[in-house]
Amino acid sequence: MPNILEVQNLVKNYGDFRAVKGVTFNIQEGEIFSLLGPNGAGKTTTISMLSTLYTPTSGDAVIGGYSITKDPMAVRRVIGVVPQDLALYEDLTARENLIFWGQMYNLSGKALTTRVDEVLEQIGLTDKAKDRVKTYSGGMKRRVNIGVGLLHKPRLLFMDEPTVGIDPQSRRAILDTVKDLNKQGMTLLYTTHYMEEAQELSDRVGIIDHGELIAIGTQKELTQQVGQAETLILHIGENDDSDALAASLKGIQGVQQAEGVEHEVSIVCSEAEDVLAAVVTKANERGIKIRSIDIREPNLEAVFLHLTGRALRD
Amino acid sequence: MLKTFLIGIKDLRLAFRDRAALILMLAAPFVLTLGLGLVTGRFSGNNSNGLSDIPVIIINLDNDQLGNALVDTFQSADLADLVEPVIETDVNAARKSIDEDKAAAVVIIPEGFTKNIMPQRGDFTNQAQANAEPLKIEIYANPSRSTGAGIIKAIVDEFLSRVEEGRVSGTTTIVQLMISQQLTPEQAEEAGLAMSERLQDSSSNMTDTLAIKLNSSTSSGEQVEFDILAYIAPGMALMFLMYTVSYGGRSILAEKSQGTLPRLLVTPTNSTQILGGKVFGIFLTGAAQMLILIGASSMFFQLKWGDTLGVVMLVLAAVFGATGWGMLITALARTPSQVASVGSAVMLIFGILGGSFISLDQMPPLVQTISKITPNAWALDGFTTLGLGGTLADLSAPITALLSMGLVLFLASVLLFGRKNLAQK
Repeated sequence: MPNILEVQNLVKNYGDFRAVKGVTFNIQEGEIFSLLGPNGAGKTTTISMLSTLYTPTSGDAVIGGYSITKDPMAVRRVIGVVPQDLALYEDLTARENLIFWGQMYNLSGKALTTRVDEVLEQIGLTDKAKDRVKTYSGGMKRRVNIGVGLLHKPRLLFMDEPTVGIDPQSRRAILDTVKDLNKQGMTLLYTTHYMEEAQELSDRVGIIDHGELIAIGTQKELTQQVGQAETLILHIGENDDSDALAASLKGIQGVQQAEGVEHEVSIVCSEAEDVLAAVVTKANERGIKIRSIDIREPNLEAVFLHLTGRALRD
Repeated sequence: MLKTFLIGIKDLRLAFRDRAALILMLAAPFVLTLGLGLVTGRFSGNNSNGLSDIPVIIINLDNDQLGNALVDTFQSADLADLVEPVIETDVNAARKSIDEDKAAAVVIIPEGFTKNIMPQRGDFTNQAQANAEPLKIEIYANPSRSTGAGIIKAIVDEFLSRVEEGRVSGTTTIVQLMISQQLTPEQAEEAGLAMSERLQDSSSNMTDTLAIKLNSSTSSGEQVEFDILAYIAPGMALMFLMYTVSYGGRSILAEKSQGTLPRLLVTPTNSTQILGGKVFGIFLTGAAQMLILIGASSMFFQLKWGDTLGVVMLVLAAVFGATGWGMLITALARTPSQVASVGSAVMLIFGILGGSFISLDQMPPLVQTISKITPNAWALDGFTTLGLGGTLADLSAPITALLSMGLVLFLASVLLFGRKNLAQK
């Protein structure tokens, strides 16, 4: 498949601070590409440059054959954007919002009303279309926020952490919508700091940290970078010090990485069974009661831990 | 162009769905107009203008042509409802009456006032007479009746300005003729005396042309009655117009922080269309507010605003001028709350400076000069002209001033906006 997006050495500085440090990647037509990284990694700044909102300090990207620096207006006709925060007029109804935003995407007349009806159906809000957005639940608002990005049937849709701060049911609905859109042929660039979402949705993943793209590939390609390592997750008590336990576990033979986050300790090791006994002994020595243990196959969390020495949720 | 229009319509719709904004845009000026109308007696049915029978003591020590003309002016039928003059001779007793709050003001016409103003035979060759200090009419005002005293002062000022106008224009003409040697000094004296006689004749008819009176006539000759509400209602509407334009300006920064402005910037819509749409939205909202208030006051208070075309054009010009201020405040502010705070302060300051509370005629000259920076003062001047029977043809000065004001402020705002990063939340 041809590339719909080609990013070349994209850089964004804010004064002396370099938020994005020369990012380069491509997205093929028809795929879901996720940018996975913790908060502050540079995901939103990257999407803001690609969507022509911010001008890059250097570098360029070509979307659908148009340069974001030389022909931003043509790029805007190709892309759709679902911003991280809600960007809607809460005193307008869902239908009024969609009509207004459709007009901004050059839709008019019957084509506009037909498309608004289709999008309302797609986001499941046909019955509530005449209610003002401010009366909606958080999940419903998120759906309208997504609907706005779909109005002009963009070839490439940018979704910037669309599931932040919503309930599990709405989150599930949004993830299903993303899959449906992709099935209909839409290409998606999806940013998230939830490893599970990236794993569930993505054909390929780019891992971004401190403004740098530190790894890119399919999930299989990425997990191969950490070998056949497994991840042991220890769930400990609320008052126990997970950081101290993690530090003490790093000396155990076979433990590659250990990281404490809240009431959990993540341990990357070659063979979980080989280190399990020593881990439990260390915990007992420190008077820490292990409430449960999970053993996970290699995943993106492990990849991130392997590459950065930190957990994604840090 | 279409997108600019659509953004403007969207903003108009949003403004009229904001209950808090509606209270300040429509309810507040309407209620304040009602309240001030009640205070001034507009709704009591006793007096159509709310100000009547202002007690004034006149002491005519001049007892000559001009002094008598001023007395006649105060006693004229035109001012009969407005002032209640009492003629006295004892200056000290009159001052005491003011101190005891028995009258609004004492007007003391000094002895020799007419002779001081009008040239007499021999004055043209008398150097001492030519250099003599001009005598002044004294107004001893009652501070507790500032409005009434202000009206008395305005009547006297108007009378004096007419006298001075005639004197200066006559003197200038004679001096010019002398310089060009078309008149000898002897002929000049004769001409000056003739001018003096004409001035005395015209001063006795001064009340016919005095601007301060209850009645005015339209260009068609129809008699119209000036309604005090025709001053109060536009004053309040214009003051709260400043709220509306700052509310509109605030919405630019609010859209920026709420993310809708950055979202607009990633649609195929350029920033000029977006900013133009926002300005158009402010203009539309302001115009709608003014027209609704005008309609409501016409319907509920039976207020006649005057020539319809003049009213519409003046409203559009006033909203344009005010929009310029709203944009400038927004361009200088960093957050929506800053716009709200500064906008409220500007609304009140412009309301006071622009004459929404106290007529500019009663303000010191410095304040009257400063008031020219406010759209309120120019527009109120225009609405008063219309209330007195004027038409669009009489509004060239206020409309030109308002349009110029809006244009200059808008250009300044665009320059300042150019330095802002509208994309950054």
